[in-house]
Formats: sequence, C-alpha cells, structure tokens
Amino acid sequence: MHELSIAMGIINIAEKETKKANKKCVELIELEIGSLAGVELDSLEYVWSTAVKDTVLEHAKLKIDFKQAKAKCLECETIFEMEKIFDSCSKCNSHFKDILQGKELRVKLLEVV
Amino acid sequence: MCGTCGCGTNGVAITKPNQNLEHNHNHEHEHSHEHNHDHHHGDKMIIDLERDILSKNNIDAARNRGYFEAKNIFTLNLVSSPGSGKTSILETTLKDLKADLNFYVIEGDQQTLNDANRIDALNVPVIQVNTGKGCHLESDMIYDAVKQLKPKDNSILMIENVGNLVCPSMFDLGEQKRVVIISITEGEDKPIKYPDMFHSADICIINKMDLLPHLNFDLAKLKEYALQVNHHLQFFEVSATTGQGMDAWYNWVQTELEKNQQKNT
Repeated sequence: MHELSIAMGIINIAEKETKKANKKCVELIELEIGSLAGVELDSLEYVWSTAVKDTVLEHAKLKIDFKQAKAKCLECETIFEMEKIFDSCSKCNSHFKDILQGKELRVKLLEVV
Repeated sequence: MCGTCGCGTNGVAITKPNQNLEHNHNHEHEHSHEHNHDHHHGDKMIIDLERDILSKNNIDAARNRGYFEAKNIFTLNLVSSPGSGKTSILETTLKDLKADLNFYVIEGDQQTLNDANRIDALNVPVIQVNTGKGCHLESDMIYDAVKQLKPKDNSILMIENVGNLVCPSMFDLGEQKRVVIISITEGEDKPIKYPDMFHSADICIINKMDLLPHLNFDLAKLKEYALQVNHHLQFFEVSATTGQGMDAWYNWVQTELEKNQQKNT
C-alpha cells in the first residue's frame, strides 16, 4: 500500500511550506488526484488520520479534487473519458491519444494559519 | 517514519550480508498531544502550490541518475510480483556474466537477508534494503544503499525491487531501464490487471518457460495484453532454471550497456 508513502510525501511538502511561511499549521489542504495516478482514494483516506498525527496537517480539512481521465484522439480529435490507461478512442478506436488529464498527483493549495 | 508505528526514522534497514542485524530503533512513544496554536483569523494565508506529491522521490531519482551517468554505471530496476523468479534470473545472469562484467546488486524486500545471501554466495557485492512495512523501494533508499555499496565506474547495478506489481511502478529509482518479469505460472491477464507496471517497463522477461508443456498458458494472449498496455515492450522468453532463452536477455544487457556507455562518454 503505497498510499502511506504518498501521505508522507504530502506531509513533507506541507511541513516545509508551513515553516517557510512562518505559520503554525494547515487549516485546509487541497489535493488534485487523477483517476490514472495510481492512488486509491479509500486507502489514502484510511491512512490519512494516522499519518498526519502530530504534524501541521493534524487538524487540516482534506479536500480532494478528483480528475476523471480524459484523452484527445490524435486521429479524429474526439475527446473521450478513459477508464484504463490503454483505452482506445471511443469513436474511431485508435490507440494514438494525448492524455489531457487523469495523471495528476498534486498538492494544489494550502491554507495556513 | 517507521511504517509500523509512525515514529522516528522511516523504518528502512540497509544491511550487507554478514553484518550485525541488531535493530536498535526504539519504539517508545512519548510525544504529548498538547495544542497551542492560536486562531488569528486575520493571519490566514493561502499558498498556491501545484506541487507534485512525488516530487521529492523524482528529485532524488534524478540525483541517482546523474551519479550513475557520471560513473558510467548501467542501472536496471527489476520488478515483478512475488515468486516470478527475479532472484533466480539474477543468480543465473550473474553466474554466466560475472567473469566479463562488473556487477553490483541491491536487494529490496520487506524482511530478511535471504536474497542478499543468495547473491553474496556468488561473490557479487550486494546490499539488502529491508523496507519494513513498505511495499516498494524509493529513490532515497537507493541513494543510501549506493553510498554503502560503492559501485565502481563502468559497472552494472541490478536493483531487485520488492515483489509487488502495483506500488513500485510509481517510484522512479534513477534506473536507466525498467525490467518487468512475469512467470507463466501466473495469469495471462496480469498486464491488464496491473497496467501501470507494464506501462512503465522497457522490457518484459517471461520466466519459467520450461514449464510451458505442463501448463494451460496462452503465451500469445499474454503478449497481446502486454502490448495493449505498452506497445514498445520487448519480450524475452526464458527459464532461469534451465538457462533456456537467457542468451537473448544477455545480448540485450550487453547492447544496452554499450549504448549507455557511448551516451555517457
């Protein structure tokens, strides 16, 4: 379960940024997670409360902006939603595509006090 | 932090075979739970970050990659599910090639020195990273392991990741090539069940080919699924036990090693 490593990565970022801003703790953290990012949201939420204990994130509200994967077909330019990374174009079945979103794994913003 | 209790270090142990295994990581919990932050609402500040969560791992991986390039070390990251034969492939490869090439090995497992001991028995320098509860290797563990292993210039570093087809796919270690191994005692549909790993790999070794006559395994279907996920994948059908097909894999290692050395000089 690498979600614990992901949580530790988030804590690491939040600790550094809070310190840099000369603040004490985080009130709100917004994450952006794509459906193809390889993170199970349930698992992340499961480890979250344990992982953030005694960190600047302990009492922070966690907001997750989930991005359903989308791609643009390079043959017919159709924009289609993807369930899996190897999905082909829903219209012409081509595998040549440009992934527009769905790989996000980012800390979008922090509200620190 | 400790993957078990959340305290102290990150719970990772890096050990050479024959090294004392004493683990003196202390598991006392003394942290108090007082909260003395005050709520000055006028002081609220919004930090717009847009920071990649894996950025630390990626930066450390880039540092490793730079080190490998500077020393002209060709690094492979071997990934697979548990039991597909990563260590056996490594053993056979080392036995056959170690007279000509300079190998170093980093073994990743949650527990035990068993794999490192198997490599150590071949007189190849090896170090074991025990990840504790961790399910994959991360680039800072490789950085620490390499500092102890001290690989020489112009060598090959084989990193055997923790047996797991899910988590290691997300963590770049700074390797030049990623090798995914699947054995034919597993299902043909592994590539589409665990697409991230097959998507991020450069080559795919299909192991235990000597068992093919005894199994109901559709080799063509496996390749079809794997290519569906990653059409660049190159396949090597081998048996680490009988040595069947290993030559093609050795040729690939030699060719890629030369390509890598030309690139670095």
